[in-house]
Amino acid sequence: MSETMKLVLNVWRQPDATTKGDFERFEIPDVSPDMSFLEMLDVLNERLTQKGQETIAFDHDCREGICGTCGIVINGVPHGPQKLTTTCQLHMRKFKDGDELWLEPWRSTAFPVIKDLVVDRSSFDRIIQAGGFISVGAGSAPDANAIPIGKEVAEQAMDAAACIGCGACVAACPNASAMLFTAAKVGHLGLLPQGQPERYERVQKMVATMDNENFGACTNHAECEASCPKGISIDFIAMMNRDLLKGAVQHPIELD
Amino acid sequence: MRRVFRLYESTIGKKIVMAVTGVLLVGFVVAHMAGNLKMYAGQEKMDHYGEFLREFAAPVLGHGGFLWVARAILLLAVAAHIRSAILLTRQSQAARDVGYKVTTRRESNYASLSMRWGGVFLAAFIVLHILHFTTGHIHPTFEHGAPYANVVAGFTVWWTAALYILAMIPLGLHLYHGTWSMLQTLGANHPRYNHLRRKIALAVALIVVVGNISFPVAVLTGLIK
Ligand code: HEM
Ligand code: FES
Repeated sequence: MSETMKLVLNVWRQPDATTKGDFERFEIPDVSPDMSFLEMLDVLNERLTQKGQETIAFDHDCREGICGTCGIVINGVPHGPQKLTTTCQLHMRKFKDGDELWLEPWRSTAFPVIKDLVVDRSSFDRIIQAGGFISVGAGSAPDANAIPIGKEVAEQAMDAAACIGCGACVAACPNASAMLFTAAKVGHLGLLPQGQPERYERVQKMVATMDNENFGACTNHAECEASCPKGISIDFIAMMNRDLLKGAVQHPIELD
Repeated sequence: MRRVFRLYESTIGKKIVMAVTGVLLVGFVVAHMAGNLKMYAGQEKMDHYGEFLREFAAPVLGHGGFLWVARAILLLAVAAHIRSAILLTRQSQAARDVGYKVTTRRESNYASLSMRWGGVFLAAFIVLHILHFTTGHIHPTFEHGAPYANVVAGFTVWWTAALYILAMIPLGLHLYHGTWSMLQTLGANHPRYNHLRRKIALAVALIVVVGNISFPVAVLTGLIK
């Protein structure tokens, strides 16, 4: 049996996108270090329900670190203090008795708050719609290994494909830039043979959409990489910059 | 040209303009510091070096022509650099309409966070520096074609020397983050050499700062007179 701890939470409460929000303070006297962060919020919400109060809205789905739905900025760090970890995989043993925590939603104009800690990340979907795909004739399933791919390229593409689209990169960036997310998607497809035909068109379309969605401009602070639960490297940003330069000069597309 | 303008519409295009002008400006500050090391070779060598710059490519560009072409290119580069910086800064500020109550920095550093304000200080310093040693408007005893004497007389005024030394703080920080940033922006990225990029940036910043600070210090201590 591990000892319970007492925590103070300051949680961002905002009833809807248009109403002004503010922090609400909660004291929880009996947090078990074995709980996950979201379980701790579940317990708090259950108590709020019993008291007839509005529960805290937060996003979650798989709770095993693979879907990219959860995400809370905890004391200024997206997904909290443990590196390479989503909020749902964070455990309360990372905190100490008496800690005071500030819980905020991802802060970005491109991610408007829907309620409390839940933000609308459909701007990411529109970046994907602009080019985060390959065009193939969809017939029967292709043979595995019909297209040989070198080990190094496969590994690198896999590193980029590990992005779960949670948006922590945007939340962490002092410029609220979406470069790491976009670069991961551009890099993942741009590295593989299946992604080659649309490579230079893709990067231009995805970057144009990223800019239109009101994300900020990267200044290479590298905060995104530090907060990425999948450890996506900013090397993919350099790769995207190079692809965009080449695309814009050699294969310019007409953007509408 | 149309393609360049298209590229410039994107944030990355503006970053590329900052990085390309950055290459020019970094190249310039390194060369400028290295050239000024002639101060240690004595008055004759230094003034001769000034004359060499004025006469460089003179058959094509005329007397002093090279210097004017170089100045024009550098001023255009600074203007393009500042314009992109302003546009990108505005976009980034608009990108976070509601800020955080608590901010914790993990990877960004003082250099990366001071690029914008540091740039403003550099712009002010560039203006003062030109009025001081290039045109002589704010120099006590300026004489055209006598750089050695101008530098010595300029830095004999202790607060001018102090100002030049202080100006190396924003320059060093800007060069440290800027050199690394420009390599990243231009996609200079290779697994085998990546670990060198921060070291190159640190070396560029240190060489320029130490070299430049040495001149006012040498005058104040009487090493150069
Ligand atoms: C004169 C006023 C200046 C202003 C307002 C300014 C401002 C900025 C800003 C805001 C950035 C982007 C920050 C980033 O990418 O992290 C930047 C980048 C940079 N600056 Fe400056 N700067 C100025 C002068 C200079 C000078 C004199 C030099 C050369 C010594 C220089 C070299 C660079 C380089 C190499 C970069 C990196 C390019 C990139 O990838 O963005 N800048 N500057
Ligand atoms: S809930 Fe799926 S990653 Fe956290």
